[in-house]
Amino acid sequence: MTGTIKRGVSLYSFQNETFLGKMTLEDFIRTCAEMGATGIEVIGEQTFWGWPEQPVPENKITDWHALMTKYGTVPVAHDAMLDYKRYNGRVMALDEQVASMKRDIDFAAALGMRFVRSLVSVSPEVLVASAPHAEEKGIKILLEVHAPLHFDHPWIVRHAEAYEKSGSGALGFLPDMGMFLHRFPPVWKERFIRNGAPRHIADYIEKAYEDRTLSEYIVMNVREMGGEGAAMAMAETLRHNAAYEPKRMLDFMGRIHNVHGKFYEMTEDLVEPSIPYDEIVQVLKQGGYSGYICSEYEGNRWIEDAHPVESVEQVRRQQAMLARLIDEPVATTNSSARAA
Amino acid sequence: MFDQHMICEDTVANVAENGAAIGFSFGARLPYYRGLGLSMVEDVAVTLDGEAIPREAVRLTLRGRTWTLDEMENEHGDRWNFGEVATVTVLQDGGLSAGEHRLELAERMRISYLPFVPTTRCVKTISLAA
Repeated sequence: MTGTIKRGVSLYSFQNETFLGKMTLEDFIRTCAEMGATGIEVIGEQTFWGWPEQPVPENKITDWHALMTKYGTVPVAHDAMLDYKRYNGRVMALDEQVASMKRDIDFAAALGMRFVRSLVSVSPEVLVASAPHAEEKGIKILLEVHAPLHFDHPWIVRHAEAYEKSGSGALGFLPDMGMFLHRFPPVWKERFIRNGAPRHIADYIEKAYEDRTLSEYIVMNVREMGGEGAAMAMAETLRHNAAYEPKRMLDFMGRIHNVHGKFYEMTEDLVEPSIPYDEIVQVLKQGGYSGYICSEYEGNRWIEDAHPVESVEQVRRQQAMLARLIDEPVATTNSSARAA
Repeated sequence: MFDQHMICEDTVANVAENGAAIGFSFGARLPYYRGLGLSMVEDVAVTLDGEAIPREAVRLTLRGRTWTLDEMENEHGDRWNFGEVATVTVLQDGGLSAGEHRLELAERMRISYLPFVPTTRCVKTISLAA
């Protein structure tokens, strides 16, 4: 199975450069190709202005395909945003949500994508009702399993059961590796300190997280230490993040078709300090995963107040790490016991 | 995120009609990793030198189209795109006086999947030449 995992990039990674107009779509595609990351994922509305309120002009779709051909890249996923609170004062009805999902499926198909990413909060009823249309278009709808949700959460279990009951192969999962937050990210800690969190409280939170202390106890303790404002905000991040186990993906491998390589920081020696990519890639190999891991750099928001944002260099480092981990042989040390 | 890019401070200018200043305008962005359909932009609150501008006095212009904030709530056919600079106009007789001002912008967004309604603020000291 070695070497079958493929590398890609979600252009979400370059949100800083996109927002400020520093790089063009062609710059991004060329940059990804140069890194050997041949799979391209987009948040459709980020890359194509107007979507979904307005249709994307035909020439933009043509340009997209021309870029894929020119740089030898492959469209992987369109991340849809089902804005079910679009109308003031009411949530969209089931049929409206399904209609919205179908439009995103058509858009993804026009871009040559294999997958539509559904936000985790979309209900199984919407996805199951959209599945026949997805099948017709050759698209799979993947629910993004994202912290604070995880594979043992009842909401995800409900989705998994609904997918099995539907019998459709067009429904699956897209796990975001941020749910395997094994250490408190150093860039988060430093930002909260710059925002005013006392260092001794920040040190306590980091250590308590490493000890796997229940988040509610940490929040209470920080309050008792006199924490307020930034210190409380730092403690409360633990209500939305946890160190779940990568091996929990193994039970769902048949429906996992894309992976978000979320990361907050890549150090110069090619390490993500908070997310255990060595373990993650081993689990994916063990599960026979052969899809893409798409880089999702989310460090910009944590450093933009104090440091230049260097998304391209950050993604380059993660891609180098992934290339090394993907090429490593599968671990033979009691891996079956770990899966049990 | 992108808080410091919400107000484009170099774009502040008085708005004149028939030779008289009827207000002032500036370029503004949404502080998020997405754009947003206009019906989901709940508020664009402007505070000038510590005084809140009434909601009715604020207009938003994108690509030649202009909305009041109430009109935006029912606009389902257009959006404030990711990184797109909109023009925020504040109707205020006489516009801005020359010199330094403290301009604050707070944007409230209704994001379907977030368990809260985020409001992000940006404060800039702006300067208008005499």
